[in-house]
Amino acid sequence: MSLLSRLLPTPGRSAILLAIWLMLNATVSLGHIILGAVFAIAIPLLCAPLQISQPRIKKPFKALKYFFMVLGDVVVANVQVAILVLGPMSRIKPGFVAVPLDIKEIRPITILASTVTMTPGTVTAELSKDKRYLYVHVLQMPDDEQEVIRLIKDRYESAIKEMFQC
Amino acid sequence: MNFWLELTVSALLMIGGIFVLVGSIGLFRLKDAYTRLHAPTKATTVGLGGILLSSVIYMSHLQGYINVHALLITLFLVITAPVTAHILAKVAMHHKVKTMESTQNEGLVDKAREQKTADDEASSSSNK
Amino acid sequence: MLAFTLLCVGIMISIGLVLNLWRLLVGPDVVDRILALDTMFINSIALIMVYGIHKGTSLYFEAALLIAMLGFVSSVAFGKYILRGDIIE
Repeated sequence: MSLLSRLLPTPGRSAILLAIWLMLNATVSLGHIILGAVFAIAIPLLCAPLQISQPRIKKPFKALKYFFMVLGDVVVANVQVAILVLGPMSRIKPGFVAVPLDIKEIRPITILASTVTMTPGTVTAELSKDKRYLYVHVLQMPDDEQEVIRLIKDRYESAIKEMFQC
Repeated sequence: MNFWLELTVSALLMIGGIFVLVGSIGLFRLKDAYTRLHAPTKATTVGLGGILLSSVIYMSHLQGYINVHALLITLFLVITAPVTAHILAKVAMHHKVKTMESTQNEGLVDKAREQKTADDEASSSSNK
Repeated sequence: MLAFTLLCVGIMISIGLVLNLWRLLVGPDVVDRILALDTMFINSIALIMVYGIHKGTSLYFEAALLIAMLGFVSSVAFGKYILRGDIIE
């Protein structure tokens, strides 16, 4: 193991820490870059024993594309929820759905659950014990509940699967 | 101050304000705890996003350099809002909160709750 | 135009805060109260940022960031406490 990989076990995380430090101080002066670099090297080293091995993101560009897709969906979600909230209350038909999962690892499931919570009219309520079902609360239930399941599986889960290559 | 810049900042502020208000109205109007979860967690993230974005644009104009640190709050909220919503939904599920009459598939709540209590009993018996 | 918009947005957020307060006081269940508190945190961040724009200073940013972090941690701690009857498992 070379010196560089021992000093920087997680280069991506260190880069994010440095970027956040510079954003927090709203500066790019040399002193802050050095101080930020010290933090960016020291904090991952101190936190290394806490790490649990998780699947890594294999395709960073797919992840970026996914991020912007979700961002667009969040705006759509907000407009839809705003219309529902301001309209008559009798129009709202909530319901629960159990979405079967194909992905097994905990990190992709976390990303999927967070995405479901952020997007149109759905909130993740619980993950079943054997990690095979995601219980989702839907604000406006379509007549066919398979529609919701299909949307979540085709739009988000397949993208996450592609991202992690699992 | 440039007219178009002022218009952009004002429009973003207005959008943000409207969404923050809609989130609170949703919290006020909706009928049960589960549906109430939807309004604030969604509407407030974009509402706050608009206000913070307008703050970034205005401050960058005022100070003469690009000052993006308000975006950190947006980033932080986008990461944490789903976690809060998820935990509150879980609390509602295991606390036997009443659902609206028109709620479909209510049986799934009991299913998830039974699983949880069975798990609790197993862990408490293994501790003894 | 900006001064007028700031006034309007401030009033809107304040109305939102009052509605949250109503839900905090009335809310039939403990979940509603935690949710109302969480929404109040977020609305107060928005109010502080609007005030910062009004004053033309970015000093209030730190206050907003602190409220965001404390709000998240306290909501999760409340939720955990209700869920398990204990914060530290």
